[in-house]
Amino acid sequence: MQEILKKILPKYPANRKDSLIPLLQEIQKEQGYLTEESIEAVSKYLNLPVNKIYGVAAFYDEFRFRPRGQYHFQVCRGTACHLFGTDTFLKELEKQLKVKAGATTRDRKFSLEIGNCMGACEHSPVMKINDTYYSHVTIDSLSKIIRTLKEKTE
Amino acid sequence: MTLSRASENKEFLIEKVLKNYSGLLDKNTGDRLSIIKREKIQRPVIYIGMGTCGIIAGASDTFNAVEKYLKDQRIEADLIRVGCIGLCSAEPLLDIQLPGKTRISFKKATADRVEDLLNSAFHHTLVEDTVLGQYKQASHEDWPGIPHMEQIPFFSYQCRNILRNAGHISPYSIEDYLARGGYKSLYKTVLNYPAEKVCEIIEQSELRGCGGGGFPTGKKWLLALHTAGDQKYLICNADESDPGAFMDRAIIETDPHKVIEGISIASYGIGANYAFIYIRSDYEQSREILENALRQAKEFGFLGENIFGSGFTLNIQVRQGAGAFVCGEETALIASLEGRRGLPQTKPPYPAEKGLFGQPTIVNNVETLSNVPSIIENGPTWFQAMGKNESKGTKIFSISGKAMHTGFIEIQMGVSISDIVFKIAGGIKGDKELKAVQLGGPSGVCIPVKDLQTEIGYESLQEIGATVGLGGLIVLDEATCMVSLSKYFMEFLQKESCGKCIPCREGTKRMLEILEGITKRPKEESSHETLERFKGVVQLENLAEVIRDTSLCGLGQNSPNPVLSSLKWFREEYEEHIFDRRCKAGVCRDLRTFFIDVDLCNGCNVCQKKCPENAIIGTIKMPHFIVEKKCTGCGICFDGCKFSAIYFK
Repeated sequence: MQEILKKILPKYPANRKDSLIPLLQEIQKEQGYLTEESIEAVSKYLNLPVNKIYGVAAFYDEFRFRPRGQYHFQVCRGTACHLFGTDTFLKELEKQLKVKAGATTRDRKFSLEIGNCMGACEHSPVMKINDTYYSHVTIDSLSKIIRTLKEKTE
Repeated sequence: MTLSRASENKEFLIEKVLKNYSGLLDKNTGDRLSIIKREKIQRPVIYIGMGTCGIIAGASDTFNAVEKYLKDQRIEADLIRVGCIGLCSAEPLLDIQLPGKTRISFKKATADRVEDLLNSAFHHTLVEDTVLGQYKQASHEDWPGIPHMEQIPFFSYQCRNILRNAGHISPYSIEDYLARGGYKSLYKTVLNYPAEKVCEIIEQSELRGCGGGGFPTGKKWLLALHTAGDQKYLICNADESDPGAFMDRAIIETDPHKVIEGISIASYGIGANYAFIYIRSDYEQSREILENALRQAKEFGFLGENIFGSGFTLNIQVRQGAGAFVCGEETALIASLEGRRGLPQTKPPYPAEKGLFGQPTIVNNVETLSNVPSIIENGPTWFQAMGKNESKGTKIFSISGKAMHTGFIEIQMGVSISDIVFKIAGGIKGDKELKAVQLGGPSGVCIPVKDLQTEIGYESLQEIGATVGLGGLIVLDEATCMVSLSKYFMEFLQKESCGKCIPCREGTKRMLEILEGITKRPKEESSHETLERFKGVVQLENLAEVIRDTSLCGLGQNSPNPVLSSLKWFREEYEEHIFDRRCKAGVCRDLRTFFIDVDLCNGCNVCQKKCPENAIIGTIKMPHFIVEKKCTGCGICFDGCKFSAIYFK
């Protein structure tokens, strides 16, 4: 953890407050989420109070304070996807993965998130698992995907 | 070998094409240029549309399959990744141009079909159904029986200016852009025009902000130019977070250098030496393309210090947003760039006077800036000639929803909405009827069928209470429940409200509660809950007006729009939800009551096993029944029945 911070911090000027968000983004990219330790280190480095940093980080949807699952599901909730019934399959996902939207399973295998519109409305409903996109998702194809992933993790 | 050829091309393109004022080319230059533009080719060229939309449709697999095919067949060909041409519903698109023949485009070219498709092209045995169309190319032989791209209605009604290069150039290659006259406007501007002249040209052209506001761009620039400041900034707003809008992504992924050229000219016009591109974090590919393009532009000397020896210096930085919808508003965007919470500020002072780090700052949308190079190139009168009344130029729309063809289009201002829906987008999918068109994202309005003849334009749309917005156009068919749609938008706005103004923060929450109340089946119809529900409904309009009048930024002020507009045009649907507790479209899950058709039910017992509420009774091989009181309307039995014996009212 320390090493990652040592590598990232010097890339940004210490006297500029506007480096805060890019800095947090890079840390999150490396670690997967923001740890208390890293936020304290950033606070020391940029000379900003810790609560200010939490204030900023908590405002933006992108920052997480808890780790994601091994498979991170992002369901697009754009308007077009809504018309094609993401509502139903979000409920189905919650049921099959046994996790609420925004949370991670205890074994850290799966996490579910309601994503922003991915800008691919013509392929709706769209879902993303880690970096792979799935288009025209149906409840059947969803069950199939989850089954294979569950087999993989076991 | 490749490196030296690239540098030769670089010198050739800069000296002979970019610096060629007249535009007249001698034969040698023309020949060489047409080789770079891939008009004269020695070996086949294959294009694959690999925008984000293409990749989601499976273009990466197609790309790999093509590579494998070429290797297996030992065919030497150039494989080029291009952006999306706009017809996303036909993706993945695979285009091939054989020497001497015109370029043809295969639709729905998934990886498993690649071999057949390429075989048919190489052996001249095209199957018409697989081909979208062919491009018109002078001195190239046409494929018989294949329509030209311009003849396809989706393209024929469009007027492509910003998207002119879409599908033709690789977003990864600056040479492609240069060969098509790129960066000429920047060269012309920095060497010939004083900053004020640039602003005046833009003002004369009557270009307006395409990000939704519609404020005259030239006027804004002049204000920033005439405000004294140690350091001025230009921000390109690519934080396109409206659900259902993806025009900025389309521009960046097809023609990133056009955006960069626009930013450079704008920065020169207002006297800025630093520019930022604020792009939303979900657009990973767009960011990579932009950063690559910036690197190339710097390498070619179009960015950095002393550009073209004019003394003008510009640095452009890409900043990623962090997933806040409100940061699309300019003052919130500036706060976010400064490393603070993205809260909007009161205006005035406008950012043009006091913006980023307290300095004069111009925030322009990607689309607005992409218009700039061609206005400089062709002059303000050329731009003015396009469009209608007060709205000049073109506008890009992204079409999604229940239309036949979805994707993005560029049209002249003044085209009617019905032309977009029926002529360009090809009408409604299936045999359903059009119900309404939703324009302008979550803060936009629903336009009912009777207003469809309205022309696209800032003023004409205002007359019917709509705005152009970013340009997201969602087609709704009769199977859409307007109450559920309003609830969806309210859910979105409630989640994205930044929390600064109480009317927006609390008001949207209350509105959402009211809407949730009418789309849910109450546990007991007679209780206090029912009274509360009716009280809420009565206050809904009142609440909407208060939010509109007392919020600070556009997000808050426009947040009641979807509810107000759907309430205005589809009041009977709301009433049906409230009084009859019925959703005609069957979208509001909690209002559905399910029944079993005794003639169709063969008693397989699946529904009874699946029902989480034990609401289904019956014995095996006998028709089952649903106990209405116990049924919660979850629809699991409906999805699970293989004999379509279950229906809802």
